[in-house]
Amino acid sequence: MPQDVLLEATGVVKRYGAVTALRNASLAVKAGEVHALMGANGAGKSTLVKILTGAVRPDGGRITIRDKALHARSPAEARRAGLVSVYQEPALVPDLDIAGNLRLTQTPVDRFLHWVRELGIAELDLREVVHRVPLAVQRVLDLARALAIEPDVLLLDEMTAALPANLADRVMDVVRRQAEGGRSIIFISHRMLEIAALCHRATVLRDGETVGVVEIGTGAEERIVELMLGARIDKREDWQDRGRRKAASEAKPLLAVRNLQSGTKLRDVTFDLDRGEVLGVVGLEGQGQDELFSILAGAARPASGTIAVDGATVAFHHPADAIAAGIAYVPGDRAEALLKQRSVRENIALPFSARLKSWGPIPQRRENARIDDAIQRLQIDIRAQAEVQRLSGGNQQKVTIARWIAAGSRLLLCFDPTRGIDIRTKHQIYALLRELAAQGVSVLLYTSELAEIRLACDRTIVIFGGQVVGTLPLEQCDEASLMRAAHGLPHAVPVEQTGQSA
Amino acid sequence: MTDITAVPPSFGRRLRRFMSDHPIVPLIVLLLALMVVLDILRPGIINPRWLANTIKFATPLAILAGCQTLTMLTGGIDLSVAMAATLAAFITATQAPLHDPAVAMLIAMVPALLIGFANGIGVGVFRVHPLIMTLGTSLIGMGFILVYQRSVISSGTLIPDSLAWLGTGVSYGIPNCLALFIPISALILFMLSRTGFGRMLYAVGDNERAARLSGVRYWQVILLLYIVSALLAGVTGLLYLGLIKTPSLSLADPLLLPSVAAAVVGGTSIFGGRGGYAGAIVGALILAVLTTLLTVLQMPEGVRRILFGLIILGVSAAYLRIVSDR
Amino acid sequence: MSRFLQRQGWVAALFVLFWLLLAATWVIQPSYGVNGVASLVGAAVPYAFAVAAQTVVVIGGGIDLSVAAMMALTSVTAARLMAGESEAFGAAVVVIVLLEGLILGAINGALIVLSRVPDIIVTLAMLFVWQGVALLVLPSPGGGAAQWLRDLLVGSVALPVLPDAILQWVPKALVLIVVSLGVVWMPLHRSRLGLSIYAIGSSSLAAFRSGVSVAWTKIASYAIAGLFAGAGGLALTLSTGIGAPIPGPYLLASVAAVVLGGVALAGGKGGLFGPIIAVFILRLLRSDLTLLAVDPNVATIIEGTIMVLVVMLGAFIAMRGSRA
Repeated sequence: MPQDVLLEATGVVKRYGAVTALRNASLAVKAGEVHALMGANGAGKSTLVKILTGAVRPDGGRITIRDKALHARSPAEARRAGLVSVYQEPALVPDLDIAGNLRLTQTPVDRFLHWVRELGIAELDLREVVHRVPLAVQRVLDLARALAIEPDVLLLDEMTAALPANLADRVMDVVRRQAEGGRSIIFISHRMLEIAALCHRATVLRDGETVGVVEIGTGAEERIVELMLGARIDKREDWQDRGRRKAASEAKPLLAVRNLQSGTKLRDVTFDLDRGEVLGVVGLEGQGQDELFSILAGAARPASGTIAVDGATVAFHHPADAIAAGIAYVPGDRAEALLKQRSVRENIALPFSARLKSWGPIPQRRENARIDDAIQRLQIDIRAQAEVQRLSGGNQQKVTIARWIAAGSRLLLCFDPTRGIDIRTKHQIYALLRELAAQGVSVLLYTSELAEIRLACDRTIVIFGGQVVGTLPLEQCDEASLMRAAHGLPHAVPVEQTGQSA
Repeated sequence: MTDITAVPPSFGRRLRRFMSDHPIVPLIVLLLALMVVLDILRPGIINPRWLANTIKFATPLAILAGCQTLTMLTGGIDLSVAMAATLAAFITATQAPLHDPAVAMLIAMVPALLIGFANGIGVGVFRVHPLIMTLGTSLIGMGFILVYQRSVISSGTLIPDSLAWLGTGVSYGIPNCLALFIPISALILFMLSRTGFGRMLYAVGDNERAARLSGVRYWQVILLLYIVSALLAGVTGLLYLGLIKTPSLSLADPLLLPSVAAAVVGGTSIFGGRGGYAGAIVGALILAVLTTLLTVLQMPEGVRRILFGLIILGVSAAYLRIVSDR
Repeated sequence: MSRFLQRQGWVAALFVLFWLLLAATWVIQPSYGVNGVASLVGAAVPYAFAVAAQTVVVIGGGIDLSVAAMMALTSVTAARLMAGESEAFGAAVVVIVLLEGLILGAINGALIVLSRVPDIIVTLAMLFVWQGVALLVLPSPGGGAAQWLRDLLVGSVALPVLPDAILQWVPKALVLIVVSLGVVWMPLHRSRLGLSIYAIGSSSLAAFRSGVSVAWTKIASYAIAGLFAGAGGLALTLSTGIGAPIPGPYLLASVAAVVLGGVALAGGKGGLFGPIIAVFILRLLRSDLTLLAVDPNVATIIEGTIMVLVVMLGAFIAMRGSRA
């Protein structure tokens, strides 16, 4: 393998306002190398990709290609410097035909067609409009277009995610041959097996910092998982003190989900959630959890499958239906839940006036009592209460939960509620979830912070490729096991299969 | 993972924050400043009679600005208010010779109600952009009033005395229109701050998705909103008829653009979720004074339109900067 | 063929609808002939340009509410410049007015890009500004127009090759529409700029990633719309002989024809041919109502209702599309 470095990034820093997305990221890719870029959700991978391709500009650091400084201000400029990227969502314009897309990027058609054939697509009509082309084919076309430009460095972001096995194999084959021809490939994937089969080295990011470069070989997987987690492994075994839940059998589950299916993302999801239980959901990005939560919240409709609350099958047409059934949704993105220009009190009171019959004069005293109670229970800092957007992230998240406590919901769907908030608030939120559970409220909790599963959950289901691939009892919910299960790796201890809850 | 450090806000930031929390303060300052300028240009113009006159002309504008405030809070706009007002005025004037004035006024509210209903369905259910929808219903209203005009041409027109009293009368130096305006404005202010419906207007405009996730049904809010807006416009039409006293097919047209400008100047965001009616009232007064000022300076109508257009654009752009700055 | 139907099916259906309406016209009024067609086309000219302007902007993912106001402004400019001037000066006026339209449109686009305020609000504000400027140029209807230019819109084409019996069915105004729209549209449609306009309307993110300059493309789309609006304003002055500073009913009509013509309000789809046919359909509908002795004001109501329903339908389809 040639040893000269083709692309090098050192000390890259990126801040968004007060939030630091990248602290000190570095990456060195040699010619003729397939280089994996790894990191847990939120480690800064996507920010680094955006910087490399010129979509955002770094606040510090240096990037060179063939020892020439790269100052790309747009993907077009990055391309001229020799770096082409294939994004997770194809960069093909949906309403143009394929020929039009090629013209837009000034791609040579014959070379494009050559790569299309190499990638295993036998027949292609260039006059077909892109949005009629299946997503998997679109991704391959996007790759073929990138290859036709013959870049020095090719950046593939989750290239194989939406591909069927045969196409994925062809893609990996082509990528390998590209590297043999002296090009560099930066390969981003959640699938550890692919990385082991394809890549030469892996750079691991954690909390916006490069924490290590691993030569792929035996034991590399363990090393990567270790680097991704860092020394954060939870030492306190406080979860063991938690009152163990009685064997789940005495009553019907509060929520029973059977064979839920929707589009290509959510393929077959079945699980039960008992009264007073906090059920963890673990999965890598885009494994179907977003769809699952929006369906349960009434914001989307499933293609098939059933949802039963208290044993009665329900069909939600609007979030109002789910709320009437006692199910409340706390989205991960607080911007989705908050009226950011309105006060804390108004935000908490939002569900009170949602229904037509409560549009009259507001019963101030009763409402205030409910709001005060919720604010107190969550210990919300209300010094800056005139506008919710002036609160800290932690306090904002508390407001979104307080709303549903004040409304008296029976089941909270919490989607990554601790994303980007400080450790103290995190613990407050988890303590609150436990307290609610003790009072009989059920919680379905998705979190991207695997270490936190044990702080709150009784049990965890693992979701991969739109299916529940395992149910882990609390004893097995250590971070490393969850990380392995989430990457689709077999577990050291046999994982219970779905269908039966522990 | 990410830390959010509290930075003590700079003076400029604090000032902006104060302005966006209390837009009424700088507005009143601006109003007074304009009056001072006016008094310098034309000494002695500001006297009780001028004040009463300004209030008389600002009142219909202020009610229509209320329609725009309510719709803008949801991220919309209502360009059919002028048509609804004209329809109400014209029908009252032509029905008054045939019926009791009260009956005539009731009949006059029907087309306004229909316009509001159509707007609400179009915007709330079919999700047509409010601008296009309300423009469309005004066009239909225009056709309707032309047809109607032919059918009543023989009966003549009559302005009910009560409307004339309300529109132009002054008692003890105070314009009578306040007898209508004070209850209406109090009602709007109460509705926005103390009722569930008012809350929903802010909620839908601030973050429609969050409102939906909290169980709010968008179309219900929007339908009622546009009906309320059209009815307020109808009432304005009656008042304006009493003020102008000559019913015409374009009676309220000159009020449309200033009503949008008054709401925008009054601190209501055209993107929804922020603002209130108190600012719009001051905004209407500012525009009334500004109009006098432009008249005193002998500026033509064209300049006024350019100015109003630039005010809408400038305030929207400035508002966007203030919000995205945090 | 199947792809042709799939892509052009809507436009083909409109074309059929147009001929059906024309046939219906002959049934209602057997004497409807050369003069009827000529007056139909003549009335359609300003609408055609307004719709062309709106189409370009909507394909690029925007909307221009100031179309009618720009037409009023360019119309009064033309009328004032030509009043009392020589016939030859008319040629210079044509160039000046088209350039004016281009600049007005570019200002709209630049303000949208620079202020970051949504298209719909910027163009609403500019609607008032251009209207105000029009009032300053010409406070009340007046001015004039060069006769040779006015003649361009009247009568039928004379070509030595074809017999008059055929040529009398081809009004000059139709040729004017086809030629002036074609001269701009055909090269645009084939150019990279045209492709970029479709791209930013379809997905500005994908366009950006494909190397399109979203800001400049947006400005260009508004500038082209301004150019068409300028041509529309000129046509207004030529057809009436004077300029009026009050915008006509072209805004809503342009939006309705764009939607009816198969151009998605969400952007990125459609062409110019569909909206132009839609203009003729809407005009023909109007003259049919007149021929049926429907009160012209009632016709206004019917027309307005149809337009609102069409726009509702378009918004409904867009909503369905974004959900799927």
